[in-house]
Amino acid sequence: MTAFLEAVGEGLGTGSVYALLALGFVIIYKAMQVISFAQPAFMLAGIVLVSYLAESVNFWAAVPIAVAAVALLALAVERVAIRPMVGKAVFVIAIITLGVDVVVRVVAGAFIGVDPRSVGDPWGQEVVNVAGIDMAQRNVAALIAMVVVGGLLFAFFRFTPIGLAMRASALDQEAAMAQGVNVGTVFATSWALAGGLAAVAGVFAATGGPIDQNIWIVALAALPVIILGGLDSLGGAVLAGLLIGVVQAVVATYQRDWVPSLETNAGPIVPYLVMMLVLLVRPYGLFGTKEVERV
Amino acid sequence: MLAVQNLEVVYDDVVLALRGVSLELPDGKIVALLGANGAGKSTLLRALSGLLDIHDGEIRKGSVTLDGTDIGERKPADFARRGIKHVLEGRRVFKELTVEENLRVGAYTARSKLAENTERVYGLFPKLADMRRSTAGYLSGGEQQMLAIGRALMSDPRYLLLDEPSLGLAPMIVAQIRDIVVEINSQGTGVLLVEQNAAMALEIASHGYVMENGRIVMDRPAAELLKDQDVREFYLGLGAEGEVKSSFRDVKHYRRRKRWAS
Ligand SMILES: Nc1ncnc2c1ncn2[C@@H]1O[C@H](COP(=O)(O)OP(=O)(O)OP(=O)(O)O)[C@@H](O)[C@H]1O
Ligand SMILES: [Mg+2]
Repeated sequence: MTAFLEAVGEGLGTGSVYALLALGFVIIYKAMQVISFAQPAFMLAGIVLVSYLAESVNFWAAVPIAVAAVALLALAVERVAIRPMVGKAVFVIAIITLGVDVVVRVVAGAFIGVDPRSVGDPWGQEVVNVAGIDMAQRNVAALIAMVVVGGLLFAFFRFTPIGLAMRASALDQEAAMAQGVNVGTVFATSWALAGGLAAVAGVFAATGGPIDQNIWIVALAALPVIILGGLDSLGGAVLAGLLIGVVQAVVATYQRDWVPSLETNAGPIVPYLVMMLVLLVRPYGLFGTKEVERV
Repeated sequence: MLAVQNLEVVYDDVVLALRGVSLELPDGKIVALLGANGAGKSTLLRALSGLLDIHDGEIRKGSVTLDGTDIGERKPADFARRGIKHVLEGRRVFKELTVEENLRVGAYTARSKLAENTERVYGLFPKLADMRRSTAGYLSGGEQQMLAIGRALMSDPRYLLLDEPSLGLAPMIVAQIRDIVVEINSQGTGVLLVEQNAAMALEIASHGYVMENGRIVMDRPAAELLKDQDVREFYLGLGAEGEVKSSFRDVKHYRRRKRWAS
């Protein structure tokens, strides 16, 4: 039982990272009906920035600076590479985001270098005892960060004029335009938010040790998460992220008992398996509302 | 004054929807715009509110002017900011937002006067005030139309472009909407009223235009249009003796189609 609960704790940490990433995907999707494949690159850019900044200022100052910088980077990318393509097929724009991802990722990756770097987080491998079970501090921190960021987003979409305009625009773009909402502003804001979210996710994905060159792959696990949650549901992104994180951690803990012949870690395939199983029962994901274009 | 001169609009580079249209909407007046399905009424409103682009429509010739300045190529947000608000055909409220949130989006270009305009809109539509926390999608058709109009009024526009506000509504609700349009106008807003319900529109308008096939075919004071034999026949269903039957049927058939199409 303790092993199970510890796996759940671990999964909540990973799941929070998935949730933060998925929120970014969903926000862009709601604004422009495009899945942006540039999220892994923004995540990596955030990690690299924090690792450099943490050498001069401390971790707590490095994170907000890096998050703001990546949000600005995303804003610039939207303006330069995406906005001119608005009106083209959704598929074309998705491919362009893929190109952006490769460029940004290669540039950011070059700064990781051969010497091990880290984001300089204060948690490392420390654990904290929560109600009798040991939980890594970094996972607790990730969960808290996700809850706080999620709450801020909720308030943003509910109370600010631009947040409300973004929800309106997602429901009926022309009607929103008729109210004076500038869709360019909506697109730009969605990219900035998604960039910032990816950077935060990156920080928590990278805590606890040296940065892995391939850490951006974590961001790809957010793809089955958004399908599972329903492409257009922010709440779905959070719940699906946590769910997949937990299932993945539990499977990783027990796979040797269940399938002794499986030598390698089965964790990475779990998000896809969960997604497929759920889609068999619920074609629009757990919380998707709109009919999403399917091939 | 808001106006178009010799306006030609093309959709998708091939469909010529307006073929040289000129129309004027003076401040503080109600102008009616009549015409059959596909005549180009909605297209004209889109040209007046900057919403052609999103439909792949573009101005080929002529101009859209506000107080003499050409504004045809500006963004929709600019039109709204300059006091031109378009209430789209088919209400188009934000269904998953509450009534109050819909209104707040309507105030996007006039955030500093949110409280004042909210009060005014709730005054015009007391029903909306009672339902402020309801989800807009659950409102009745008439209530949604009132919300769509109220939302447009949230920036206290100088001109209101109404695209078929009475579409699919019961006669009693249509009468309510008519009274509200008159009330809005009396508070100083110029109204361009696109209507299938010609009797209602001409009753309250000072001037009227009739469109056919992308052209303006009549341009007269509303009172004259009301007396015009052709208008009576085709838009009011009141023909000369003998023709009454067939034109009535046409009109009815036409209305029915219109309802399905919406
Ligand atoms: N988005 C569009 N793309 C292509 N053609 C269009 C588009 N919208 C309208 N049209 C065409 O332009 C012409 C005018 O249409 P419009 O909608 O302006 O007419 P309308 O007078 O508003 O008709 P209704 O009474 O049915 O609303 C029609 O021939 C229509 O098929
Ligand atoms: Mg129309």
